[in-house]
Amino acid sequence: MSMTQPTKPGDGAGARMLAGAGWRWYEVLFWLAAIGLFFIFGDFIPGIPTRLMLLSEIISLGLLALSIDLVLGYAGVVTLGQGAFFGLGSYVAGIMAKAGMGAFPLSDPLIGLAAAAAVSGLAGFITSFLVLRGSDLTRLMVTLGVALILAELANQMRWLTGGADGLQGVIMGPVLGQWDFDLWGRTAYLYSLAVLFICFWISRRIVNSTFGLSLKAIKGNALRARAIGVPVNARLIAIYTIAAAIAGVAGALLAQTTQSASPDMIAFHRSADALLILVFGGAGYLYGGLIGAGLFRVMQDVIGGITLQYWQFWLGLVLVLLVLFVRGGVIGLLEGWRDRMTRKGDAP
Amino acid sequence: MLTILFDGVAYGMLLFVLAIGLCVTLGLMNFINLAHGAFAMAGGYLTIVMMNRHGISFYWGLPAAFLFSALLGVILERTLYVHLYTKSHLDQVLFSIGLVFMATAVVDYFMGANQQTINLPPSLEGRVTILGASIGVYRIFTIILCGLLTIGLQFVLSKTRFGSRLRAAVDDGRVARGMGIDVTKIFAITFAFGSGLAGLGGALSTGIISMDPTFPLKYMIYFLIVISVGGATTITGPFFASLLLGVADVAGKYYVPAVGGFIIYTIMVAVLILRPQGLFTKASR
Amino acid sequence: MSFVLETQGLCKSFGGIIATDNVSFQLPAGARHALIGPNGAGKTTFVNQLTGVLTPTSGKILFQGEDITGWSVRRRATAGIARTFQINQLFADLTPLESVVLAISERENAASEWFKPLGSRADIVDEACALLDTLGIGDVRESRVGALPYGKQRLLEIALALAAKPKLLLLDEPAAGVPESEREQILDVVARLPDSVALVLIEHDMHLVFRFAKTISVLVNGALFCEGTAEEIARDPRVRQVYLGEEDVGHG
Repeated sequence: MSMTQPTKPGDGAGARMLAGAGWRWYEVLFWLAAIGLFFIFGDFIPGIPTRLMLLSEIISLGLLALSIDLVLGYAGVVTLGQGAFFGLGSYVAGIMAKAGMGAFPLSDPLIGLAAAAAVSGLAGFITSFLVLRGSDLTRLMVTLGVALILAELANQMRWLTGGADGLQGVIMGPVLGQWDFDLWGRTAYLYSLAVLFICFWISRRIVNSTFGLSLKAIKGNALRARAIGVPVNARLIAIYTIAAAIAGVAGALLAQTTQSASPDMIAFHRSADALLILVFGGAGYLYGGLIGAGLFRVMQDVIGGITLQYWQFWLGLVLVLLVLFVRGGVIGLLEGWRDRMTRKGDAP
Repeated sequence: MLTILFDGVAYGMLLFVLAIGLCVTLGLMNFINLAHGAFAMAGGYLTIVMMNRHGISFYWGLPAAFLFSALLGVILERTLYVHLYTKSHLDQVLFSIGLVFMATAVVDYFMGANQQTINLPPSLEGRVTILGASIGVYRIFTIILCGLLTIGLQFVLSKTRFGSRLRAAVDDGRVARGMGIDVTKIFAITFAFGSGLAGLGGALSTGIISMDPTFPLKYMIYFLIVISVGGATTITGPFFASLLLGVADVAGKYYVPAVGGFIIYTIMVAVLILRPQGLFTKASR
Repeated sequence: MSFVLETQGLCKSFGGIIATDNVSFQLPAGARHALIGPNGAGKTTFVNQLTGVLTPTSGKILFQGEDITGWSVRRRATAGIARTFQINQLFADLTPLESVVLAISERENAASEWFKPLGSRADIVDEACALLDTLGIGDVRESRVGALPYGKQRLLEIALALAAKPKLLLLDEPAAGVPESEREQILDVVARLPDSVALVLIEHDMHLVFRFAKTISVLVNGALFCEGTAEEIARDPRVRQVYLGEEDVGHG
């Protein structure tokens, strides 16, 4: 354009943008810590109980929350039905492994994951058209409705899903033909962690790309996004599909590591819990879901260990207080605290 | 056949009384209160406690439930909900789900997790035969009471000063404010009244469906269906939606029990797909 | 004579209210045109039909000779119709740089790229920086948009529209609500827009209109009341009566 007079270079603005997408030291620390947990709770040290199964479950929950973060935290699409894709993935992986009776290829974990991702992704793609139009409220109800229908289906199709009792007799093959799932959950944990990292890495690339930027723009102002030429619907369909596939992987992980699938995995409270986990950890940071899942399960164990009713009460209270007083969940709190610290540091 | 239709209508009328408060507050403030069922539960349990523990008559239980839930509504509206009107729908949903969890836990703690019912007064027990169909007296009582309430509501909304102000505020809150209508006050009154109606509905429910602590969560979906099918701008929309839902649910459970909740969920999603923006154009502005 | 934009018998009604009444309008390339009219004359409704936010009840819209009446907002945007909004429509949580980089990426069809990190296209970032510099908001390009002063936000509105390299730019009250101190900067930017862009200014402020517009259309009750050069309109007694006189701003 003739207006762009003597073009000044961006003064390193591009480099700064690129650097914004780089890995931070605390991220590296986070993943190292996740590996460290394996050695602490993997029955290597006498006196410390094995907790790898619980940790694997946390990973699955965290991955589900991460998938919600992609649609909610980045693209601003409110959903109460992500549990549908989670449950679908868990049934796909579970039914395949059961049919394969421990043999390759049906019982192979990675093939199961891929199938779960494909089926859930397809379901996400189809239902994505339902959430394109309408307000937050319509979206909430449509996603909730779809989840309820799927849950009801899982309940009714006893011959396939085992109905209310869940899927029995799921036998998994070894990971990569090498490592069998063991009683301590060592394989389960490392396998889950590896899958989590890969999904996380892909999500991280997505949100740091121009595509990710356009999602934030849609969340911020869809009207303007359209006016500058963003294909809003295509982008929403894409991210909703990707997130559904990731939710499916999360469900498959849980089915494979616990060697079962039940209507509980697809029920409403799964979606609500995951949403809560994300909001508790902090939406829009990717790590929010992972941190939230860890805190949630540990809290559930501690408080729920006393009585179940207490757990629900405190959960509700945390939600109410969170909405009233805290923006951005745990990560938001940490960020605010860091900002205060740096401001103090700047002052003489 | 006629019995089922009658049961369905009674159930639908009950749903209407339970849900109408939510519809009006949603249309008025664009505020989604998923905890609406908790107010119904409060009314229901109050009646149970009054009757089963203190032997007070059912007829006293109904107005008491209304007042109790309305009072609860006013207190919560003024202290908590008032902070939420400007927040996002997501925040509203999370907040009200949190309230539902707390209400469920509290009721569970004090009342136990088991299902509770009441013994109806003798005058409401038994069945009568109308046009060859055997119909429960309590169903007739429910239909008459809910019908009177509906007519009363319609009268208040269309004939009184308060009603016209309310309609103006629902129609366009900004313009109404500009005309000097105190929307906040109208909202508080409506919220209280809606909660009271839910409480009354909850008290009536104890005679048809039993009460347990998961009531708010279980019926949340029914309320949402009523809104999505009936819209949130009139009371006739939710009224017919409630009747439809009541009949469909009762008939569905009777004729094809295997399909269960399937029918109503499918209806809801279908309506939302066919008229996605038609129903909530107001809410999205 | 080739027109950038042409409407033929454009009508739009909401229920019983006619908001646009049989408007036939032509805009030559490089035009400096103003669309004026009293409040509620249907100016914004007209613009919304040009950009595709509203679908006309009847009539046609041609852009560079092509019938675009049925096109989506996005398709028109990519074809070269850009607009600014009367009320800021910005991405509050992004930075000005990010906003403009996104707009340029969309123009270049580079925005569906989901695997490369943001900023890997140096040419796009440089162009964005240069554009922000020309509009005088280069200094705040990495601050949060929501935290910018109103005048700078108005400039970003224009920057976002320009990032698409439009052939037609619709400016909907670009200086509305801007404090006097920041106003001159915006007017200056509007004055320096290149000739390759045909400009339609939707304005209330007559000072602004007579400063920039060479031709003017007056819209009253949704219909074209009259058209002409700025001088003709300024002198036209009927316009003074229906519009300038009423609003008492006609001493421009």
